[in-house]
Amino acid sequence: MTNPLRVAITGGTSGLGLALVRELRRRGARIAFVARTREHVDRVARELPGTHGIVGDVARKDDIHPIALQITAALGGLDVLVNNASSLGPTPLALLADTECEDFAVALETNVLGPFRLTKALLGALTASAREGRGAVVLNVSSDAAINAYAKWGVYGASKAALRHMSAIWGEELAADGVLFLSLDPGDMDTPLHAQAVPDADPAQLKRPEAAARELSDAILAALAKEHA
Amino acid sequence: MIAAAMPSPRRADARLLVVSEDGSLAHALRSSLTDHLKPRDLVIANDAATLPASLHGIHLPSAVPIEVRLAGRSSLAHDDVRFTAVVFGAGDWRTRTEDRRPPPPLAQGDRLALGPLVAKVEHMQRHERLVVLKFDGPVDGVWAGIARHGRPIQYAYLARALALWDVWTPVAAVPVAFEAPSAGFALDWSVLRTLRARGVEFATITLAAGIASTGDPVLDLRLPFDEPYRVTASTASAIRRARAQGGRIIAIGTTVVRALEHSGGHAGEAVADTRIGAGTQLRAVDALLSGTHEPNESHYQVLRAFQKDDVLARATAALEASSYRTHEFGDSVLIFLRQARVVKTELESATLA
Repeated sequence: MTNPLRVAITGGTSGLGLALVRELRRRGARIAFVARTREHVDRVARELPGTHGIVGDVARKDDIHPIALQITAALGGLDVLVNNASSLGPTPLALLADTECEDFAVALETNVLGPFRLTKALLGALTASAREGRGAVVLNVSSDAAINAYAKWGVYGASKAALRHMSAIWGEELAADGVLFLSLDPGDMDTPLHAQAVPDADPAQLKRPEAAARELSDAILAALAKEHA
Repeated sequence: MIAAAMPSPRRADARLLVVSEDGSLAHALRSSLTDHLKPRDLVIANDAATLPASLHGIHLPSAVPIEVRLAGRSSLAHDDVRFTAVVFGAGDWRTRTEDRRPPPPLAQGDRLALGPLVAKVEHMQRHERLVVLKFDGPVDGVWAGIARHGRPIQYAYLARALALWDVWTPVAAVPVAFEAPSAGFALDWSVLRTLRARGVEFATITLAAGIASTGDPVLDLRLPFDEPYRVTASTASAIRRARAQGGRIIAIGTTVVRALEHSGGHAGEAVADTRIGAGTQLRAVDALLSGTHEPNESHYQVLRAFQKDDVLARATAALEASSYRTHEFGDSVLIFLRQARVVKTELESATLA
């Protein structure tokens, strides 16, 4: 690519996020990734030279602007934001009636307010990219639990439903500014998050995160191509 | 004028003094900004995000506490971690900048421990407080250290400390400003929608806005420091388009004037090193939306390129009489260039076409 895509991915040191970092890097993108644990961030940044590792927690309001600052400083702007970091809520998964309010609030911080705040903080960079004709895409990683009601998936499902609806409203409001919002369900994958939710699942029956990362990367590039058309 | 004590940049009741081409004055609400613009006008803002440029730490040779305020850089490049900086002695923002203690004697080669960061004084800049410093270590680590340890430059007139989100305008993109390009607080996404609905185009430049005051009268005379900026090809073509259609270029903030007058509205990356003042013949900008600066501020000099001193004196008196709020989070002034520039505009459109 003569003008490499500039991509930020949250939750980028494990599961789908890490697979997306690898996949988009392989396709020539410049990448900044975010995760909470310094050791993991340093390990991935060492393993994938040229990527920019950022330590931060999207659930913490005070971390959002330092994260946004490091993303745009490292990449000189931003074309694609992937809000991938997710919290299951309390595990083992619990009935809503057995869920503590505080645990619900924590999941909302990660799954709804975090993506809201980070998108808002990066909107100047994304719209600048759109005005320059590079296009701008925000991918909010969703789940079928955002649509279907599964017992014991109340916290995760309700927060992912909120994220999905927020994506749709962002999309309505920012279409004229050239920012495209995607809300995509990668499917049930063999990831640490899935193992936490369903410890006895057979990994062989689950989708590989690498396969999901390829599909999501295709969707991002297709969305950018559509914006150019 | 009265100081705006709380950082509530998007007050619904923020006011706007409009200074027309003919020098007449009108009071308005800032929410009516778009009413003063016409279809085909082009509004240009500075999309620089503001760095947490104030870093507390220790001057290692003397072990004395200091505050470093990053104030300038010679490029916008990510790997350029060499900064012009103003150094203060112990104390914090609750003391007015003018009253802050000087730093311990500084010398070339001194090391400064600033939270997780270490910086070296590369050289002094003809003043006891002004240094060029360079941070040690890998570049990503330097930005992480600034992002986490730094705090926005604060203002003693405010009742509480500013957080980073207080000093980013809604269109803030790349973190290169040392103080907020505060005129941009007049914008929000609803205003940008209204502009579009009215047929007014919107574009951005990026200029690393430096600091507004050093607290030292001698040093203040050297403001603004050189400021790197970028004008994108899409912004340059929006300018050509507006010109060709008879639209006016409306700068949101003095930093936009500085970038556009230095570049002539053309695309590119350079360092704005010229001063704009009473003698400047503006070639790119037709109007300026700005804070309500007072005559002793460096920003005020820029206003003098738009209108003659007697008009500005009347405007200042009107702001004073009507108790406009001043400072970074206060009310605004929309000031149009004094004479129509029809002939020049046509000439430039012809040469650019």
